[in-house]
Amino acid sequence: MSCVEQMKYKLYLERISFKEARDYIEKSSEEVYYVDPGYKIFKDYYIIGVPPVAMGVRGKEMLFTYVKPCHGTFVMGIDSEEEIARLRENENEKMKRSLKKGAMEDKKRLQQLPVSFNEIYGN
Amino acid sequence: MDQCNTCLLMMGCPEVPVQMSIVLYLSNKLKKSGRDVTVAGTDAALKLLKVSDIEGHYVEKAMDIDQCIADIVEKKINFDCCFAFMHSDAGLTYAATMSAISPAKLYAVIFGKNAESLSDSVDFPAEKIVAKAVHNPVPLKSKIDRVIV
Repeated sequence: MSCVEQMKYKLYLERISFKEARDYIEKSSEEVYYVDPGYKIFKDYYIIGVPPVAMGVRGKEMLFTYVKPCHGTFVMGIDSEEEIARLRENENEKMKRSLKKGAMEDKKRLQQLPVSFNEIYGN
Repeated sequence: MDQCNTCLLMMGCPEVPVQMSIVLYLSNKLKKSGRDVTVAGTDAALKLLKVSDIEGHYVEKAMDIDQCIADIVEKKINFDCCFAFMHSDAGLTYAATMSAISPAKLYAVIFGKNAESLSDSVDFPAEKIVAKAVHNPVPLKSKIDRVIV
């Protein structure tokens, strides 16, 4: 049993498809973040999901999907400022990585550009 | 299949009867061809497995499915190939997770009443083995035999 089941949680939807759960989180959250399957929350729960996996923030509550093989997908909410801060931090890191990757690609492109007029037209 | 030395058989909910017989059949087949096989499943599925194969003739290694996912994410274990058994949206969700967290070659073993529509929903890289089988495992066994000779 995951630690999530032993915490104080609210159950918003139960025994639905993963897509329905994702739609609910996207529509009902003030902030939505997308994580990869396997993203760890709390002590030992690794998110099971079909990418993109949506995680929501509503006030102090984090909304997330919880999947059980025999019961389908649940949408749960747990108050956790710590996990919300980690979600935001994760998003910032993703943004930084994406900007860095973009900058490296720009640099690579610039290095590939011809350096002089003669190189283009000179024969 | 040539480069698959370590295989994971990831069971879904055990409510559809064909799953357990195909897991035992496939595990035996892979084991006999010299491969190292691990079966992962829910508590109920593992109990069914243990009672069906009480002396461990067909399955030597078994583990909890969520622990298996956790260990793969934490890079404690990995497999060359994974057979993800599914007959429901939850099974498909577990298979999609495996596809995202592991480089293992993925086989989606799709069965049950809604096998065809479930198969259409698989949009991640996986070789599909599909049969509309619920009680009779033979159609699914035949499909598996075509993939794993």
